[in-house]
Amino acid sequence: MISNKIEGRRDLALRLSGITKRFGTLSANDNVDLSLHKGEVVALLGENGAGKTTLMNILFGHYLADQGEIEVFGKSIPKGDPRAALDSGIGMVHQHFALVEEMNVLENIVLGTENLLAIKSQKNTARERIRDLSSSVGLDVNPDAIVGSLSVGEKQRVEILKALYRGARILILDEPTAVLTPFEAEKLFATLKVLVSEGLSAIFISHKLNEAMEISDRVVVLRKGRVVGEKITRDSNPEELTSLMVGAEIETPEISAPVLGEVALDLENISTNIPEMRINLRNVSLSLNCGEITGLAGVSGNGQAALASLISGTTQVKEGTMRIFGEIPERWSPKVAVSKSIARIPEDRLHTGMIGDMSVVENIISEKYWTDRFSRFGFLTRQASEDFSHEVIKNYDVKCPSIETPVRLLSGGNIQKLILGRVLDESPLIILANQPTRGLDVGAVAYVHGQLLKARDRGAAILLISDDLEEILQISDRISVISNGRLSKITRRGELGVKELGALMTRHVPSSERLNDAT
Amino acid sequence: MRLEPRTETTLIRAVLMPCLAILVTLILAGILVMLADASPLEAFSLVLKGAAGSQFAILETLTRATPLIFTGLSVAVAFRAKLWNIGAEAQLYIGAVLTVIIGTQTLGLPPVILIALMMIISMIGGSIMLYGPALLKTRFGVDEVVTTLLLNFITLLFVSLLLEGVLKDPMGLGWPQTETVHGEARLPRLVQGKRLHFGFVIALFSSIVVWVIMAKTVLGYEMRAVGHNIVAARFAGISVNRVLLKTAVISGGLAALAGFSEVAGTKGNLTLDLSPGFGYTGIVVAMLALLHPIGVVFSAIFIAGVFVGADAMGRATGVPSFIADVIVAISLMTMVVAIMLTKFRVRFA
Repeated sequence: MISNKIEGRRDLALRLSGITKRFGTLSANDNVDLSLHKGEVVALLGENGAGKTTLMNILFGHYLADQGEIEVFGKSIPKGDPRAALDSGIGMVHQHFALVEEMNVLENIVLGTENLLAIKSQKNTARERIRDLSSSVGLDVNPDAIVGSLSVGEKQRVEILKALYRGARILILDEPTAVLTPFEAEKLFATLKVLVSEGLSAIFISHKLNEAMEISDRVVVLRKGRVVGEKITRDSNPEELTSLMVGAEIETPEISAPVLGEVALDLENISTNIPEMRINLRNVSLSLNCGEITGLAGVSGNGQAALASLISGTTQVKEGTMRIFGEIPERWSPKVAVSKSIARIPEDRLHTGMIGDMSVVENIISEKYWTDRFSRFGFLTRQASEDFSHEVIKNYDVKCPSIETPVRLLSGGNIQKLILGRVLDESPLIILANQPTRGLDVGAVAYVHGQLLKARDRGAAILLISDDLEEILQISDRISVISNGRLSKITRRGELGVKELGALMTRHVPSSERLNDAT
Repeated sequence: MRLEPRTETTLIRAVLMPCLAILVTLILAGILVMLADASPLEAFSLVLKGAAGSQFAILETLTRATPLIFTGLSVAVAFRAKLWNIGAEAQLYIGAVLTVIIGTQTLGLPPVILIALMMIISMIGGSIMLYGPALLKTRFGVDEVVTTLLLNFITLLFVSLLLEGVLKDPMGLGWPQTETVHGEARLPRLVQGKRLHFGFVIALFSSIVVWVIMAKTVLGYEMRAVGHNIVAARFAGISVNRVLLKTAVISGGLAALAGFSEVAGTKGNLTLDLSPGFGYTGIVVAMLALLHPIGVVFSAIFIAGVFVGADAMGRATGVPSFIADVIVAISLMTMVVAIMLTKFRVRFA
């Protein structure tokens, strides 16, 4: 194995050997070996449900492995003891931060390590240490800032500082770029490189190939709980890693020329006024034709949420006119939107799109339970919703144990497929796809794109809102950029490259408004 | 110490854990009984005997369970939609007041119609009692925990005012109580010469109706959706506010039925001690039943049995019957822990 070759050169920081964890009949981890050397970055790649998170939970003692050993700097640590991993120098930066929003950065960092009521001089020492740490590795954060007021990127820096402050020599980052803008991701990578050059080791959990390629020395690929490949990054390439991750070649959707139909949705000089959103739409005009995908690129928090909310029916027009097939709707609500043949794929699929504690069969009818199809005289017609569930599960390849399973137990990709099945069922003419592939693995992304293209080809007008520029470039027929609540001029497919679009995305954006919007 | 979710629960564990909870409850309550200088075994057998040891005991327990089923259902419905109705006590008293007002009139209606009228009017009264707080919540975001809780005190004082004033029984020798309702306004007894009345049947029927509403109807679906995830419910097109108002109507009406059945079934008139906190105990009943309408019947009977049994035990041994409150409280906690243990594995690190 490759790791043996490296072992001679560098010292082992962490070794997981033979880790096996079963949940019932499912093997979440099956005899997984993973090693990490001093000053090395290992990318742990895998689709959703491949077992990455389980493995890390075992490392941190949150789960008890059925078999296997964990060694940190040559010493084996006791199983199932969360403190043991921390004490031995492993720090974790979670995808969802574990910070107290109301406290300042300093207090968050020392929380749990020192007495919060400590006299001022002790706090000053801590502040000095944090300043030293942050300047030495380029993690600039003001120790006295209230965490709640920080941007997502800054919060992440606090998390990293917290780990370092506690003496972490191994840093585990779980999907660290999922919440970051491309610019902030760059900054994170720069920081990581500095840290690693100073002897820190890191495990970088991701399913984004290009990031793994950029940051890591070595890549370990998990699939269905097993290590299916281990490559030195510079000797590998994205195609090879992709095929390892998904087990088969992925086909990128072939795009035919669009066949334009009538105008389906027409926004004219629209402004919104949603108090809970920091950025509202300002004088936005946009018309969507049938048979075409319009991609809306932009850094998250620039008004995408307001636009999506408007089209979804959860927000009213403040100024301007919205026409659906030439008609101005009298009332505007989610129910009206659905009845006007608008399919809505929400940004937060688990918390907005689905009711996690309710079953598949109950969620599948949530937009249309009141129609004659699913209810009669105020009573639900159970058979109809069961039939519909089975149909969606079959046609959209949803993997779920039963239609009675609570949706929260499904993986992100399967939840998204359920939503697709729900909204695309009656061949809607307008589709709002808001971040339809965020957090999905490669296979699921290709599936979602395929479905959107299929809908386009049968004549639906599609608005694709995404933070992922690559996604926009891949399947949109035309592209607009949203920035600070305004839309840029629309360009046809292929007219502008990544660089030009990137420039449009970051123009006019005051940095304080760039993030933290109600997304 | 930490919790690890279990992916599956064996049937044995699902049965064993609640049994264990009962055992722990008995041990903890037993310690208190010992502190009161009595033998726990003797005391508990007296509780059991007092609650279910004879036909009389069983009928007493079911009589006591009747109002608890109504208030338990009221709370279960409201909590399912995350409408925190703490005001079942107030709704109960309004139901009782309206029942007394109608039941003491000479209307000349056939008993069935008269009783139906009392039920409907008292339900409307209870509904209005919760509709107000629900309206304040949906319109202005006023916390319904505060409004419904405070309405309990206002309502009790209001009832007290009525009992000292317009509703005071002129033949009551000055006691703050109302006249007794007419004979045809009384619910029939289920067993000749015993207190158990037709209200118990209405309570059982109500729990089935509520179960059907929650599980089978569009409204029940909407209520559960709103309770589980208000954001997703709104996004899907459910009018959240309208659903909360409908929930208030049902919940308030159910609590009022407790008042109706106590007046028309058990007591015959209204006094200020009509309810020894049935509205509040309804919260415990609903929680113990995990908000399941059919489960409410069983948890109400259990809790009623503990109270009735403890009363009997207190008379025989001198252990204060407050022990019943302690047993109910401990059993709620142990049951919550037991249910958690069926879903999670505890690991000591």
